Amino acid sequence: MFAEQLINGITLGSIYAVVALGYTLVFGVLDIINMAHGEIFMFGAFVGMLIATKAHAPLWAAFLGAIAVTGLMGYMLERFALRPLRGRQGGSALAPLISTIGVSILLENSAHKLFGAGNQLFETPFAEIRFEVGPVTVYLVQAVILAIAVILMAGLSLWLYKSKAGKGLRATAENLDTAGLLGVDTTKIITATVVIASSMGGVAGVLVGMAFNYINNQMGLSMGLKGLAIIIFGGMGSVAGAVAGGAILGLSETFVVAYGSSGYRDAIAFIAIIVVLLVRPQGLFGQAHPETQR
Amino acid sequence: MSRTVRLIGLISVLAFALIFMGAAKDARKAAAPARAKAPAIDARIGVISILTGQGSGYGEAITNGLKLAVNEINAKGEVKIELVIEDSSGKQEQALAAGQKLINSSRVAAIIGPTLSTEMKVVGPEANASGVPIMGTSTTAAGITKIGKYVFRNSLPESQAIPASVSKAVNKYKIRKVAILYGNDDVFTKSGFDTMKKVAEDLKLHIVAIETFQKGQSDYKAQLTKIKGLSPDAVFCSALYEEGAVILSQARKMGIKVPFVGGNGFNSPKVIEIAKGAAEGLVVATPWFADRNDPKVKAFVSRYDKAYGKKPDQFAAQAYDALYIMAEALKNAGAADRDRLRNALAGIRNFDGVLGRFSFDADRDVVMEPNVLIIKGGKFQVFR
Repeated sequence: MFAEQLINGITLGSIYAVVALGYTLVFGVLDIINMAHGEIFMFGAFVGMLIATKAHAPLWAAFLGAIAVTGLMGYMLERFALRPLRGRQGGSALAPLISTIGVSILLENSAHKLFGAGNQLFETPFAEIRFEVGPVTVYLVQAVILAIAVILMAGLSLWLYKSKAGKGLRATAENLDTAGLLGVDTTKIITATVVIASSMGGVAGVLVGMAFNYINNQMGLSMGLKGLAIIIFGGMGSVAGAVAGGAILGLSETFVVAYGSSGYRDAIAFIAIIVVLLVRPQGLFGQAHPETQR
Repeated sequence: MSRTVRLIGLISVLAFALIFMGAAKDARKAAAPARAKAPAIDARIGVISILTGQGSGYGEAITNGLKLAVNEINAKGEVKIELVIEDSSGKQEQALAAGQKLINSSRVAAIIGPTLSTEMKVVGPEANASGVPIMGTSTTAAGITKIGKYVFRNSLPESQAIPASVSKAVNKYKIRKVAILYGNDDVFTKSGFDTMKKVAEDLKLHIVAIETFQKGQSDYKAQLTKIKGLSPDAVFCSALYEEGAVILSQARKMGIKVPFVGGNGFNSPKVIEIAKGAAEGLVVATPWFADRNDPKVKAFVSRYDKAYGKKPDQFAAQAYDALYIMAEALKNAGAADRDRLRNALAGIRNFDGVLGRFSFDADRDVVMEPNVLIIKGGKFQVFR
């Protein structure tokens, strides 16, 4: 039973990590929390469901479709909800945050209109395939989810640290104005970041559909809150922090249920986060803000 | 400063104009039926339901049932009912605000709703204090009608439904060891759990695990893996269908094959729609059985299907009957007067609705015989 719970925890943790990556990327570059990320994630799940379950298309098509739609949503979010507010004289630093909250409400209610209320079945052709390793049952879906999450995280790190665009992104994250002066097209970088973060949300949506087989238009909120908690815990803007935080939250939630009481599932996970923050206020992998930055 | 004052002035003038226009319109509306030959009883009935957010699936079924009933009742012409529908979003404070609006500004004769027992616990006392009859159609927690003498319900409480399904399942499957799984953030599923635990203890069953979950959760794997390791003879599950169907599906996929016994909230064709084959073997006790051999039920199902393109669930059926009960009481009261309506409602006995024979007891609570059903071959059947 321990091994099975461990696998449950790792599956959940890798999904949390992918959701948290979307938050952390946007926060790293723009210093704002994208409150619409959870809803974009939910839309990704629905697009995946329409393609994989309703149209019986293969799973890779569901991923591509979800990435395309959520990427486009990310572009629209940046173009219409964030860019007009950027660099305005006298604008509040909170304005983009509020504007993303508005977008999240809009998206949640459009999903209600488009897809209806309540749970929708997300069927994958290989949901039932499992193999026995000794006494432990492992589902193919769980292995696929872990593989996709790892590929995504590795790909993102490679891109961030090896490619020119990735370097531009990190420069922009460090200081927007300086990066602009040094010839980085910061508008383009910001747009790319929001698009990439959103399509990662889309991927996470499809992963959730695969893992739990059900999706609904409310799931953006709870997953979004978990994602937020993870980036605070792991360190705002830190990719490694999002990954570690996601894994820790997923595992702790699972083991609290397995060896404790399911009533304390969320409580213990969040108490752990509070304790870590008391010891390391900047989060696990976060860097303390140097005085010069603010 | 003076601009602000002017603005406020303008707004208040507009507001007054609107109110007077509204009043004039109401007066005309009230005058029109008086000229008609049959002295129909004109009543405005408030509805509080979940139209947006979590749980709007229930609100949709409830308002669909009510709208179907109101059209039929108005077509008959003995009573004319106008529904004033307000959204509670499933939140206590919003339900209370909606209730106050219906009582004080819409001046409704009675209220149907709210959807959740949690909401009724705040709206019920308010309506009772204002002397407005209020009838829950989906509030099944214990003690709802004890709120006061204006509070009614036509939804079979869990405390009556669950013992029926549990004892039948225990006899049939020779159940000795059970695991209980319930939603701990909802008055309804929590009170269902209390009943399940009590019935299990009364029947001297061995409870191997008690696990919880929360509304809107999508991952139950940790709880189910734990239950699977303890290999019980049955799982008692107090859940609403949205969560319940997902639990069933994940449990079956994981290889938990034992029967599930659910509460009232599990009874919806949506369980089969959502969980498909995994729903097989779910036992529920319910006031509503869509395939019952009764012309009234068949007519209701086909009319509902025609209007909304789906089969009515328990929530739609209860709402539908509730408005008919309200119409019956209005007829008996002879006028849309709140106090006379309350007394007429309290006097309803042996009302023949789509749920079967229905009466209010002395505490304005439900008296009816539950059906025990099992999902077999992709549909609900009578459990024998």
